[in-house]
Amino acid sequence: MPDHHQSVPGSEASTAGLSGQAVNEVVRARDLSLRFDTSDGAVHALSDINLTIGAGDFVSLIGPSGCGKTTLLRVIADLETPTAGVMEVNGVSPQQARLERGYGYVFQAASLYPWRTIARNVALPLEIMGLDKRERRERVERNLALVNLTGFEKKYPWQLSGGMQQRASIARALAVEPDLLLMDEPFGALDEIVRDHLNEQLLQLWDKTSKTVVFVTHSIPEAVFLSTHIVVMSPRPGRIIDIIESDLPKERGLDIRETPEFLAIAHRVREGLRQGHSYED
Amino acid sequence: MNRVWPVTVVVLAIIAVWYVATVVLNTPFQKDMYERQKQTDVSFSTLVTDTMSQERPVLPAPHQVAQEIYKTTVQKKVTSKRSLIYHSWITLSTALLGFAMGTVLGILLAVSIIHNRALDKSLMPWIIASQTIPILAIAPMIIVVLNSMGIQGLLPKALISTYLSFFPVAVGMVKGLRSPEVSHIDLMRTYNASPWQTLWKLRLPASMPYLFTSMKVAIAIAMVGAIVGELPTGAVAGLGARLLAGSYYGQTVQIWSALIMASILAATLVGLVSLANRIVLKRMGELA
Repeated sequence: MPDHHQSVPGSEASTAGLSGQAVNEVVRARDLSLRFDTSDGAVHALSDINLTIGAGDFVSLIGPSGCGKTTLLRVIADLETPTAGVMEVNGVSPQQARLERGYGYVFQAASLYPWRTIARNVALPLEIMGLDKRERRERVERNLALVNLTGFEKKYPWQLSGGMQQRASIARALAVEPDLLLMDEPFGALDEIVRDHLNEQLLQLWDKTSKTVVFVTHSIPEAVFLSTHIVVMSPRPGRIIDIIESDLPKERGLDIRETPEFLAIAHRVREGLRQGHSYED
Repeated sequence: MNRVWPVTVVVLAIIAVWYVATVVLNTPFQKDMYERQKQTDVSFSTLVTDTMSQERPVLPAPHQVAQEIYKTTVQKKVTSKRSLIYHSWITLSTALLGFAMGTVLGILLAVSIIHNRALDKSLMPWIIASQTIPILAIAPMIIVVLNSMGIQGLLPKALISTYLSFFPVAVGMVKGLRSPEVSHIDLMRTYNASPWQTLWKLRLPASMPYLFTSMKVAIAIAMVGAIVGELPTGAVAGLGARLLAGSYYGQTVQIWSALIMASILAATLVGLVSLANRIVLKRMGELA
């Protein structure tokens, strides 16, 4: 692979976004490092991360476990604090962005509260924001419709399938109405058929809402299918190996995964992973 | 229904063992009696019957206790000082007040402990140490000290119940309030929720199973506390008073009927907490 190593982040090319429109920076990381001090010694979870994510981008972070992709997402969300470097979210510090409720976060597990119905789970952030009852009901209804869960308002989480639970948790994140959606392997625990279906739905949702999405995954087809940018990461220390811009058309069905263009991008992702020694031991 | 059988079998077994023990334990005294009355060759069946009808047996037979309970509940007015219902009510009201105060205190302690690292480090050892002091030693002190401060009646006795019952609630609730998954807590953080909102909307609902489990323990030992609390007050009223008066006058039947009554009350209270547990968890959407 030619000279793409660490050249794209921060350059004009990546901030311009895929469609070439004037884009402001939603996430900007400069020389970001994060070290955990454990009893076994220091763990370099993130090392010299430089990354810029423009508004409207769909960015996947891909890599083997331990490469720091979830940690990077948690730094954006102010759930972890970097030990060096700068992180900006919506032009302010991650903490400020969190206090302003500038993002919605979707966890690996649906993380619905089991004692709340689906509607009340989606309403949870709205209660905390102090919205009135009418506004809450309206947003719950709208966002459940967006993830095709109308009619399941009164059900408890355990009465829903895994895929439906994860859709409910996406509706809960969307109800806050953030411009930025952070998703940590949201479909990792689901079977492939459900995952394919949800990938298609997520892409439609992204198209409809024009949100910025940062998506953590360890599935190459999932990353290539969903993303405008694919960030390939490698472990020990957690770092960025390659950032790949996808030129796949915005309108895409699952069939696109058989096209040469798709396979070419998937190949480059795999090359990046190999370069980061991700396939060893 | 298949829960009834094991319980019935165990109860029958206990009663059977009890009857055998009655005969064995009361025989020496009965044989003494026969000797003094110069009665010889008493048949075994007479011996058995006699061991079960002594006035002050070492161990009264189950039916003697049952008769005593019947006499002192159904056949006495509830206002009478000899009514077991009157005494039970005294103990029950003490235990319930102490349990309520203990539960509230336990929850408040647990909430402060999980919100404050300093309290976690400083308070928990004292909470545990408090339970290593024998309650029989500290109960009279509480009564005496409060009495000198002019506090008498129900409250000092209830405080002894509180002293015992706050402990399981505090320990259980610290565990329960810390039971939410990491992602559930992170979620609250992403919403910029206040500690109060996190407590109210996440930690408290998540701790309900722990609360009810510890309340079951707490209400049973609140009964123990109430009975112990009645002993140093001069045995005026309550099941504890009946136990003490019974032991003064060797009234073993009275002691045993008070004991049985206390355990029936405690079992009923634990049952009520379990029922409340089921209702609350069902309303919280638990898989019924």
